[in-house]
Amino acid sequence: MAEIDTGRKAGASSEAPASPRRELRNGRAARIEVSDGALIPGRGEKATFSAWRISFFGALAVLVYLFIARPTPYRDIMLFLPDGILKTFEVTLMSIACALVVGLIAGLGRISRIMILNRIATIYVEIIRGIPLLVQIFYIYYAMGKIIQVPDIFAAVIAMTICYGAYLGEIFRAGIQSIHKGQMEAAIALGLTRGQALRRIILPQTVRVVLPPLGNEFIALLKDSSLVSILAVSDLLRRGREYASKTFDYFEAFTVVALVYLVMTLFFSRLVALMEERMNRRGR
Amino acid sequence: MADRIRIVNACKNFGKVVALKNASLTVKPGEVVLVIGPSGSGKSTMLRCINRLEHLTSGEIWVDDDMVTDHASDIRKIREEVGMVFQSFNLFPHLSALENITLAPRVVKKMPDGEAKELGRKLLARVGLSEKEAVYPEQLSGGQQQRVAIARALAMNPKVMLFDEPTSALDPEMIKEVLDVMVELAKEGMTMLVVSHEMGFARAAAHAVVFMDNGEIIERGHPDEIFDHAKEERTQRFLKHIL
Repeated sequence: MAEIDTGRKAGASSEAPASPRRELRNGRAARIEVSDGALIPGRGEKATFSAWRISFFGALAVLVYLFIARPTPYRDIMLFLPDGILKTFEVTLMSIACALVVGLIAGLGRISRIMILNRIATIYVEIIRGIPLLVQIFYIYYAMGKIIQVPDIFAAVIAMTICYGAYLGEIFRAGIQSIHKGQMEAAIALGLTRGQALRRIILPQTVRVVLPPLGNEFIALLKDSSLVSILAVSDLLRRGREYASKTFDYFEAFTVVALVYLVMTLFFSRLVALMEERMNRRGR
Repeated sequence: MADRIRIVNACKNFGKVVALKNASLTVKPGEVVLVIGPSGSGKSTMLRCINRLEHLTSGEIWVDDDMVTDHASDIRKIREEVGMVFQSFNLFPHLSALENITLAPRVVKKMPDGEAKELGRKLLARVGLSEKEAVYPEQLSGGQQQRVAIARALAMNPKVMLFDEPTSALDPEMIKEVLDVMVELAKEGMTMLVVSHEMGFARAAAHAVVFMDNGEIIERGHPDEIFDHAKEERTQRFLKHIL
């Protein structure tokens, strides 16, 4: 699909369905694929890998240096932020878990031969595609406020779930469709129902294909979770703002916030790359 | 004796393309029929209509007393009784050789695990691959994969076996091992409908050869008769090309 792959490992992304986020946003297949997640270094790519190392250890070194050499205000900032880091993880993990469920349902809906389900799933994806995540978060927060009062963090998770469910749905759809149709034919020729074939034959193979792009989405979601700081959720970004609004150290606070996000996303991107490598080695 | 497979005036269109034109064919129990013909002549389509991987546009297909083309009939029951072997094997890559074979008996027939394994091992022995039970498809050669695929189809204890160009994707040195298994199966009395151009198999095991062209069945006869004294000019021309 991609003619120029600037985002991820070439080997993996040619088999795996490409990250559908660009596709969703542009409304057609991407010609130039730029991954939304952090650069994912594979061991095979020396240049990317060392770029990863420089950024990751560089960011860590700067944090450590600031902590030791410039305790005011950096030490105070760093001691103020951990609550926010936990909150960011909380939002991210809850959202990705819920989005996986919604995404699988949406993906199955998109390939369903039952017209009504197919339509609903497609319309859902179309609508989400057309609305910025930030607007969705505002909208869902205030729309829900009209019906029931839920804690802010749940409003945030629900908004992220609805948005990312559509993206993940497209990954599942692409993953399922990437399985050779002979697999379904062989299964139903043996007397399995379509449902049995899907569960026993198609989905187990899909998992293998979709894991790397799902890893990317996880990283993208981690970053996008900063948007929930506009609700009253004290995530990493909001904690930074809270600190800055007390001390007026805006530059210093956001320097640390940015470095912490960077360390987290680079760390997870390496994990995704390792996972991908392990799966490639196991083949199958 | 009643026909095991009966195809009556089968027509199949893919959009404007006519794949089958009034094709009629019967296969008796225990009979082995080879279908030959140029690519695009409708051989595979006819085969795939028998277990309804494709739907006929018009016409009827019967397997014993079950009408495949009747949408009221239980197609899954029919599919259990009709084994199919594909050109590209279509083994399940995430399952071992043994698991490939035991899956359908376990899931469809609710056979207990132990019994299914026993059956699977027996079938692997039958296709000469006993030592490969824990091996995954990608570690098997093409010929071995196709033999596992045959064992997988046999696990449902079918009354008929359909072979869709079973040796076309194989390297020459692997064709024999697959054909040997098929000849063995034919000798044991399995009803077989085979789309293939393997003349050796035809002479060794087939009771009849059917020549198809442009979606029509042109002629049918004993293998020696077709290969050496084909009546129809189109058949002669085709055979000259492939022999």
